[in-house]
Amino acid sequence: MCTVCGCGAGEVKIEGGAHAHAHVHADGTVHVHAHDHDHAHDHTHDSTAPAGAHAHTHTHADGSTHSHDHVHQGEHTHDHPHHHDHDHGHAAHGDLDYGSGPARAHVPGMSQSRMVQIEQDILSKNNAYATANRKWFDSRGIFALNLVSSPGSGKTTLLCKTIEALKATLAINVVEGDQQTANDAERIRATGVPALQINTGKGCHLDGHMVGHAMERLKPAEGSLFLIENVGNLVCPAAFDLGEHHKVAILSVTEGEDKPLKYPDMFAAADVMLLNKCDLLPYLQFDADLAEANARRVNPALKVIRVSATTGEGLAEWLDWIKAGVAVQQGKREATVDALQRRIVELEQQLAAR
Amino acid sequence: MHEMSLAEGVLQLVEDTARREGAKRVKLVVLEIGRLSSVQPEALTFCFDVVTRNSVAEGAALEIVDVPGAGWCMQCAATVPMAELYGSCPTCGSHQVQPTGGTEMRVREIEIE
Ligand SMILES: Nc1nc2c(ncn2[C@@H]2O[C@H](COP(=O)(O)OP(=O)(O)OP(=O)(O)O)[C@@H](O)[C@H]2O)c(=O)[nH]1
Ligand SMILES: [Mg+2]
Ligand SMILES: [Zn+2]
Repeated sequence: MCTVCGCGAGEVKIEGGAHAHAHVHADGTVHVHAHDHDHAHDHTHDSTAPAGAHAHTHTHADGSTHSHDHVHQGEHTHDHPHHHDHDHGHAAHGDLDYGSGPARAHVPGMSQSRMVQIEQDILSKNNAYATANRKWFDSRGIFALNLVSSPGSGKTTLLCKTIEALKATLAINVVEGDQQTANDAERIRATGVPALQINTGKGCHLDGHMVGHAMERLKPAEGSLFLIENVGNLVCPAAFDLGEHHKVAILSVTEGEDKPLKYPDMFAAADVMLLNKCDLLPYLQFDADLAEANARRVNPALKVIRVSATTGEGLAEWLDWIKAGVAVQQGKREATVDALQRRIVELEQQLAAR
Repeated sequence: MHEMSLAEGVLQLVEDTARREGAKRVKLVVLEIGRLSSVQPEALTFCFDVVTRNSVAEGAALEIVDVPGAGWCMQCAATVPMAELYGSCPTCGSHQVQPTGGTEMRVREIEIE
């Protein structure tokens, strides 16, 4: 399903306008519905669709396209142009019959039914979006970071401080993920850099598709810094690649030293851990060395930086790490441009020699 | 964790395949879920029933094949059973165990007609 359109369970909203559109499903069913979603990408209208309806195709920044598949929950008008041959009980609509499904027989029955192999990772779609995002960042020399933590560990405060320190020398764009409110995007915009809020509704993490749309909207400049603040959640964002170059986990000293052991996926997925709110250490029984040791137990290669977003302590090391990452990305882009220019010269020489 | 998103991921793969194969409906979906994947099969089944409503997979049975956890212990230089991700080796207690099995979350096959 297209999580960005908010047709499914997640009720995702990206800041922007509203519009309505119709979808043709594989079985010929047409669904028309309105939603808050400003399409920043190209539409192509499928001429094979029945009159009055259209299938949506999105073109992503990298040129890859995908069509919408929606999960419908009955909140919109249904129009059935031809007959359904479903043989299940429609009375079951709306019921959540947990535990009482049909028999788990694995052998196809007497009908024309057959088994088809799929053998694909459940997250393969997300991973494909993420890979496309990363290629797009790389081709433009953009350095992208995905900040993950539990709610309130200081992600937005850290981002604001980081932006204040770097904005004079570096173009920066920010994507803010929260279930509700545009508060964090507003806090970022107050620093003077563009920010886009994504509300995930019931969704507990950002995904590669949402970030792909955000990139199209923000149009980050070549060689810039792209910062993504994920939904405050120490579990789910770990599994969803957004196309970033590094996940940065933030752990604040008020959360306890054991968090890396209790929520290991996040600390294993991150390349950097910022231990934030270190200004509070004198008032707490928090063993920072133990917290670091616990984090390294799940991820021996983790880089740990102790900081305070409020006092600015430790931020210099973090800023240097970002600047180094930006320089590497800019170098990659220049190498690509140089290679292309050399190729053009070569081709021109070949043409001239004819 | 995020079983709803996973159920949506399953539905996408199922719908793609069903469309390609010209299926009228999907009767069965077979998944492989490793014990180290931190997916709860009950929660996934529940979410699958919700997200497949009004789709070609509405009413389809969900079969979840459980894959046991296994890892390669550097100390023992052997494959050992693992009960949890980032756990220790049951033989020597070392934490240097690389998971080799049980982290999968895959759609194996579907039955269509
Ligand atoms: N003492 C202290 N407080 C901090 C520090 N960093 C952030 N805070 C406070 O922690 C609270 C939460 O900070 P936010 O930046 O909103 O945290 P967040 O991670 O963005 O929160 P969500 O987006 O809601 O998950 C605020 O009251 C901040 O002022 C710090 O280094 N020291
Ligand atoms: Mg925030
Ligand atoms: Zn061992």
